[in-house]
Amino acid sequence: MAHGGAGLLLLIDGRLPAGGYAHSGGLESAIRTGRVRDTADLGHFLTGRVRTTGAMNAAFAAAACATLSRSAEPEADPDDQRQALNRLVLLDAELDARTPSPALRKVSHALGRQLLRALRAVNPHPLQQRMPQRTNHPVAFGAGAAMLDLAPVDAARGVLHEAVSGPASAVVKLMSADPFDAYRVIADLRGVLDEIAQDAADRAWDEPRDLPSFGAPLSDHLAEVHETREARLFAS
Amino acid sequence: MGIENTTDDKHNVQASRSRSLRLGVAGPVGTGKSSVIATLCRTLSEEMRIGVITNDIYTDEDARFLKAEGVLPDERIRAVETGACPHTAIRDDVTMNLLAVEDMEQDFAPLDIVLVESGGDNLTATFSPSLVDAQFFVLDVAGGGDVARKGGPGIGRADLLIINKIDLADHVDVDVAQMVEDATRAREGAPVLALSRKHEDTVERLGEWVRALHRRHLAGSHVPTDPGPMAPHFHADEEGGYFHSHT
Repeated sequence: MAHGGAGLLLLIDGRLPAGGYAHSGGLESAIRTGRVRDTADLGHFLTGRVRTTGAMNAAFAAAACATLSRSAEPEADPDDQRQALNRLVLLDAELDARTPSPALRKVSHALGRQLLRALRAVNPHPLQQRMPQRTNHPVAFGAGAAMLDLAPVDAARGVLHEAVSGPASAVVKLMSADPFDAYRVIADLRGVLDEIAQDAADRAWDEPRDLPSFGAPLSDHLAEVHETREARLFAS
Repeated sequence: MGIENTTDDKHNVQASRSRSLRLGVAGPVGTGKSSVIATLCRTLSEEMRIGVITNDIYTDEDARFLKAEGVLPDERIRAVETGACPHTAIRDDVTMNLLAVEDMEQDFAPLDIVLVESGGDNLTATFSPSLVDAQFFVLDVAGGGDVARKGGPGIGRADLLIINKIDLADHVDVDVAQMVEDATRAREGAPVLALSRKHEDTVERLGEWVRALHRRHLAGSHVPTDPGPMAPHFHADEEGGYFHSHT
């Protein structure tokens, strides 16, 4: 019983108090090491991000949303709920296995926990107390989407939107960049984002072990370096 | 990972047993927020169990300063990174700080006080009551004797206004008594404390104020208030206008 877009807008609102503003999605490191110097570079950076970890995270968010969507209904069978929660834990472990950087795993779990903490207050739901509280962010996002009666494709869209909007709003604090240009990059990517979201939704019921495993080794490396920096504007 | 720890009952029992007094310390950059916290910990650490959450803009500098001061066990000082937005972390989006406070309370239960140090910001940055029960706002004499007159939510309506570094007053030509008087007027009589960590009597007054607050917190008679984002302000009308505030 998927609802309309109002729940999705709530979930992806950059002002939702869930602590996302403290992160640049790897952009700070990319700028500091000279890999992103202008808006064109930002476009390449964001394209790479959505086509690799973004697409993978979208698939896990869609899968988490699909997993919980039936259990989130009030008349759900307790056995079904238990199975769904077990599948959620499995999805989380599979996503951990696809995230080689310990720093990025830590960030993802912290963001997931923060999102669930916020949603516990914003959209109280009986399943929130029963699900693990420190899942990876995409798994938490998919679960939160299910509890807002959203569809897997919405969860995928939301995670992809955050993957680009986080760095696009951080960029103006990190280099001399025109905020309009930064958002034009997102506008140019919307076809790609929609396409990836649909692919993710189509695979939402795949076995967790068969879900995509796209990597971005340089991002993993830079995240590790970033974590050891003494002075940084963003936590990641 | 947590399924078994997050049932409703356990959560509520834990919440009631270990809920500390959460006390925010706000104020502009460089007025001595970390130093006030170190002083307070030194004064109260014999009689109270204290935890500290620092909010830094670039680094964990403030957490390291407090650890170096040796006023608390290192593990009871934790840093939250605020992504260059110290203001957001204490008002618009308190989730990171709230989790840090809740974790601290749970990991070292029972704590009497958790102090949350804001990253230095401007005069309008105050804590949301969804994060802290009460708050200090810290100014210093070196920032100029006229700052207290400027008012604003922190100066006007924090639970306690601290005018710090009064030992420097002679060097910067500030009349401390006058500054306290201006501040008291801006606060409509709410408490103002002139402080120097080098003047024992002022440190003792700070300790006493916090002890009294903690007693009110335990007794349930302390009601958290929101200094609010808006200062008392003027409305013009045909008779000339009037001041009012939204508290």
